[in-house]
Amino acid sequence: MFNYKKKCQEWEEFTEIYCLESMINFDTIHGEFPSITILDINGTSCLLIIRDELPLIARTLKEKFGFTHFIDALGVDRNEHKMRFEFIYNLRNPETKERIFLKVRCDERDPHIPSVVSIWSGANWHEREAFDMYGIIFDGHPDPRRMYLPDEFQYYPLRKDFPLMGIEGSIPLPISEDMKVRMN
Amino acid sequence: MIQEELIKIEKGTEPKQKIIEALLSKDTSVTISEDSLDHEMILNMGPQHPATHGVLRVLLRLDGEMIVNAECELGYLHRGYEKLAENMTFHEYIPHTDRLDYISPIANNVAYCMSVEKLMHVEIPRRAQLIRVICCELARISSHLMAAGAMGMDVGALTVFVWTMREREKLYDIFDILTGARFTVSYMRIGGMAQDITPECITMIKTFLDGLAEATKEIAAMLHKNRIFIERCEGIGIMPPEEAIDVGWTGPCLRASGIPYDLRRDQPYLVYPELDFKVITRTECDALARYFVRFDEVAESVKIIRQCLDKLQPGPIFADDAKIVLPRKEEVYSSMEELINDFVLVNFGQAPPRGESYFAIEGSKGELGWYLISDGTGQPWRSKIRSPSFVNLQGLSRILEGAMISDVVAIIGSLDPIMGEADK
Repeated sequence: MFNYKKKCQEWEEFTEIYCLESMINFDTIHGEFPSITILDINGTSCLLIIRDELPLIARTLKEKFGFTHFIDALGVDRNEHKMRFEFIYNLRNPETKERIFLKVRCDERDPHIPSVVSIWSGANWHEREAFDMYGIIFDGHPDPRRMYLPDEFQYYPLRKDFPLMGIEGSIPLPISEDMKVRMN
Repeated sequence: MIQEELIKIEKGTEPKQKIIEALLSKDTSVTISEDSLDHEMILNMGPQHPATHGVLRVLLRLDGEMIVNAECELGYLHRGYEKLAENMTFHEYIPHTDRLDYISPIANNVAYCMSVEKLMHVEIPRRAQLIRVICCELARISSHLMAAGAMGMDVGALTVFVWTMREREKLYDIFDILTGARFTVSYMRIGGMAQDITPECITMIKTFLDGLAEATKEIAAMLHKNRIFIERCEGIGIMPPEEAIDVGWTGPCLRASGIPYDLRRDQPYLVYPELDFKVITRTECDALARYFVRFDEVAESVKIIRQCLDKLQPGPIFADDAKIVLPRKEEVYSSMEELINDFVLVNFGQAPPRGESYFAIEGSKGELGWYLISDGTGQPWRSKIRSPSFVNLQGLSRILEGAMISDVVAIIGSLDPIMGEADK
């Protein structure tokens, strides 16, 4: 089985804080939201924000800074950290062709993140996928169902404590009553 | 009252109730006729329907023959590749990328290897870059021919499908010589590729490209003046550019909505900045426009491959970094250092620096990329696939609204979804 505890011992913070040269005026964002931390993800700027400010910052980014193209979004399990789950938005400005990442973190005991489907409708399936895989609940999501796995599945498979081989009996096979009689 | 009747569900199928509720509670722009005298029904399409290009399941809510709204269900081909990636080394994952978009496996290999190379800050030599571009464009031709043929087949033009499959068969022969396998190639390696391109293979590619011009002319003659094909595909599945951007479409689907978004131009990688090609766009936004964008891109890909073959010079195909690149087998058996390196790389994998990175290429369906998070060990901490089919399918329920039921197959065909990629 996957030895995640050993992996986590050497773990530190992934990203360091840099000041990037970018077409976005980060001073403007900083002035409006002083709590933002700016990170560098291998050459692309990233805003680490507080969960409660997400809807406001998302709307500002879309309307003021032109980040209308919703490329991707992903959940991350940062195991054994204080803020266990992370959700990363991958956005693009179609005019300046610039990209930006947006990071939100939430606690394991309170895995709630406000939904941004009302701002970018493209976030819909990505948020459902993150709910399916990590159990992050998106408040205000219009269609909070699982994306890939059956609705009766009870686990969140991309969490690091879910074993790679799966859990026996977690998905019941579709055997009808007739079949059971026949098999006996 | 209608809703209560619609949700009458047979025993043993209770879990399906959630998707039906989601379908019925969805907003729609279509006005339902006042006297719904049994006009309204829910039709299940797939996952075993031949026109859904795999195992896509669509639930259609119909008013007569018109679609009021639709709801997709994915996951019938979900194999958990993101979980698997976290439990194997970077090299071990390459064969799995073939199984994502199985119509253009080489492009997936390139996208994955380049993402890992970006994470490790590796630069590959020029010959390898040119071969990668050739491979990517061959994969694009293969995928677009399949899309054109399948879309023709969906609306009843079966001959075109056979003709495009004939051309793809020649492509498979090229892949066979180039990589050693026809379908699931696993050709790329981190920092290079499995083997060099041979002169025999270059001749085969040139012969194929000459023949392809003739074949595309035949296909164009068969379809582009075909009244049935044009009238069935024109004006259906219209996606306005603002909404396409909002949903996150990329690739030929977005370019058919008039937005010239092409990663080969916007964020150039490999040798694309040196090459001369056009970004095809259409402004009609309908299913026919998406077909034409793909068809015209085949000609652009041919242009790119010809330029690359002219530029091809002898040289190394591997980056010069023993800690990352797998050594050649003949060296492993004859030299001690290579044997040690091979042992370490196979057993523990490459250890990239801690950090995160995102890289995407312009795949045949759209932006195909990997978001990788490394914790400094040989296995990635997180490996997220940005699959274009998944995101493009998200717009399906929007463009199905108000369409006729007979147009559904043509609209799905025009999106060209590959379920192996959408379901991961």
